Amino acid sequence: MNLTLLVWRELLERKARMLTVALGIILGITTLIAIRTISFYSEKAVARELDSLGANVLVLPKSVSLQDYYAADMHDEVIPEEYVMRLTLSDLQGVDNLSPKLCVPTTLGDRTYSLTGILPKSEFQAKAAWAGAGIFSRPFGCGAIDVGNTPPEEDKKTLARKRVIKDLAADEILIGADVAARQKVDEGDSLTLLGKVFSVIAVLPETGTVDDSRIFAHLHTVQELSKAGEVVNCIEIVGCCKEIAAGLVEGVNTLLPDAKVVTVKQVVDTQITLNRMMERLSQIFLAIIVLVGGAGIANAISANVSERRREIGTLMALGAESWLIQRIFLSKAILLGLVGGVGGYVIGTILAVTLGPHLAGVPVLPMSGLAVWALVISVGVALAASFIPAWRASQLDPVATFREI
Amino acid sequence: MLCMEDVTKTYVLRRQPVTGLDRATITIDKGEFVSLVGPSGSGKSTLLLMLGGMLSPTSGRVLLDGHSLYERSANERARLRQRSIGFVFQTFNLVPYLTALENVQVPLYLGGVRLAEQRDRAAAMLERVGLANRLDHKPAELSVGQQQRVALARMLANDPAVILADEPTGNLDPETSAHVIGFLEEFNAEGRTIVMVTHDPRAAQRAKRVVRLVEGRLVTEGGLAIRADSAERVVA
Repeated sequence: MNLTLLVWRELLERKARMLTVALGIILGITTLIAIRTISFYSEKAVARELDSLGANVLVLPKSVSLQDYYAADMHDEVIPEEYVMRLTLSDLQGVDNLSPKLCVPTTLGDRTYSLTGILPKSEFQAKAAWAGAGIFSRPFGCGAIDVGNTPPEEDKKTLARKRVIKDLAADEILIGADVAARQKVDEGDSLTLLGKVFSVIAVLPETGTVDDSRIFAHLHTVQELSKAGEVVNCIEIVGCCKEIAAGLVEGVNTLLPDAKVVTVKQVVDTQITLNRMMERLSQIFLAIIVLVGGAGIANAISANVSERRREIGTLMALGAESWLIQRIFLSKAILLGLVGGVGGYVIGTILAVTLGPHLAGVPVLPMSGLAVWALVISVGVALAASFIPAWRASQLDPVATFREI
Repeated sequence: MLCMEDVTKTYVLRRQPVTGLDRATITIDKGEFVSLVGPSGSGKSTLLLMLGGMLSPTSGRVLLDGHSLYERSANERARLRQRSIGFVFQTFNLVPYLTALENVQVPLYLGGVRLAEQRDRAAAMLERVGLANRLDHKPAELSVGQQQRVALARMLANDPAVILADEPTGNLDPETSAHVIGFLEEFNAEGRTIVMVTHDPRAAQRAKRVVRLVEGRLVTEGGLAIRADSAERVVA
């Protein structure tokens, strides 16, 4: 005989009731774990999305409404390319990179893609050398355009992340992962777009964004082929978050009064709101578990103490001290908490992994770290809720437990 | 030696004071077998529980081997019970979800005995009361007589010097009652002190001394009240 056996045997004796209590804990922990896991991966996806966006400020024609960040350049409205020069030569703080874009539709195979004109970094370098002032005169870092003073990036594929490419010849193109896969195009192949033959210099890695369906060419080539003139659909600015908060957007607005300046924050606000809602939901469930689950456990242990009064009195008559009586009930609470924590973690994780992709649209994987968290919460709540009933059991008058005497 | 000195116990029920025991003084020597008899509500069980350190008196002292029981803390009294006092109840009070063997192991566990030794000693106790073939049976699977024998084995497990039995034959048929009293006589013959509350005159007569209680007061078998301010022993 030992404490564990004593507790275990009693638990088995009242299986149905204890199962009900354990199920309550399991349900609460399951919900918590599922929400936590899904919201974690959802937040991670947003962070990845933001990272893949690279640019976090957009300069657009005034009349364009921003529905989707990546579709922001898929319109007929334009702004002068000269805006790029204005930004380049300004003394704005917090601009790390600029990427003007002009998008025109082009057909490849049986599909229409966006031929996106971009300005390679070497063009900025030339302009900076010519201007010799403005934002290029500051040392490179957060808030200064990289004009080539840093080691050159050889990999053309960095466009997918950095939004800027160092060199791009007039007859060279980069193609998105979807275009390459669908059209079976690889590096070194030649393609004819808008009547001009281009050489594919790189297939961009998949980003999961609309960039995967784009074909990138030199801005001036696209302007020339589309006869659009020296215009662009938008200018992406990679800015420092700190400087954006400190007034970069206002600075660009002042510099370009005829353009609309928006931040990526507005685009992802919806997702962030959703994540916050999930976080709050998780906190609400935590509160519900603590209150309802705790009350349920306290009630169950109190009832258990009442129905075991004679047993408690007998143990006291046999020489059990008050701490032992308390430990019997607290051990039971720990056991229930452990079952609830483990069960809740396992079921919650299974739910998150299976339902998460449908609910949040992101792949969800098990989070082992949450197991400890689930156990701490369930055991903690069970212990806290059982403490008073257990203490009362230990203080029972043994004589009062033998009413028949 | 068990001793009560001018012990009174007063309860308050519905704001009315009720005297459970009235200035009781009694000395029970080591190795005695005392029967406490009297009508229901006369204070027999109150006296028994007080001797066992389970119920504190309103006034007076209860002594075990010269030491005042109720000057100790509740936990100290629990330890003392575990070492020296064995209880037998009318309703046996076996733990329903434990087997006979495990029930007998409980006081051994409380005494800090190792698991293997617990099993050996509990099995030996059950064998002594004739239940060697019922070790793994739960109380509900045993007859009432067998249940009381398990309770006797449990009481004996820690080798107590004092046995306090509260109507141990109250729920038993005459034949089984005789067996249980026989066991108590056997334990008494081993030198243990036994105090037994009973309504059964035949069981009471098997004791070496019979003490009668009426309305909380100790009286002789003939109905004479014991002088509360004296330490006179009551002998049947």
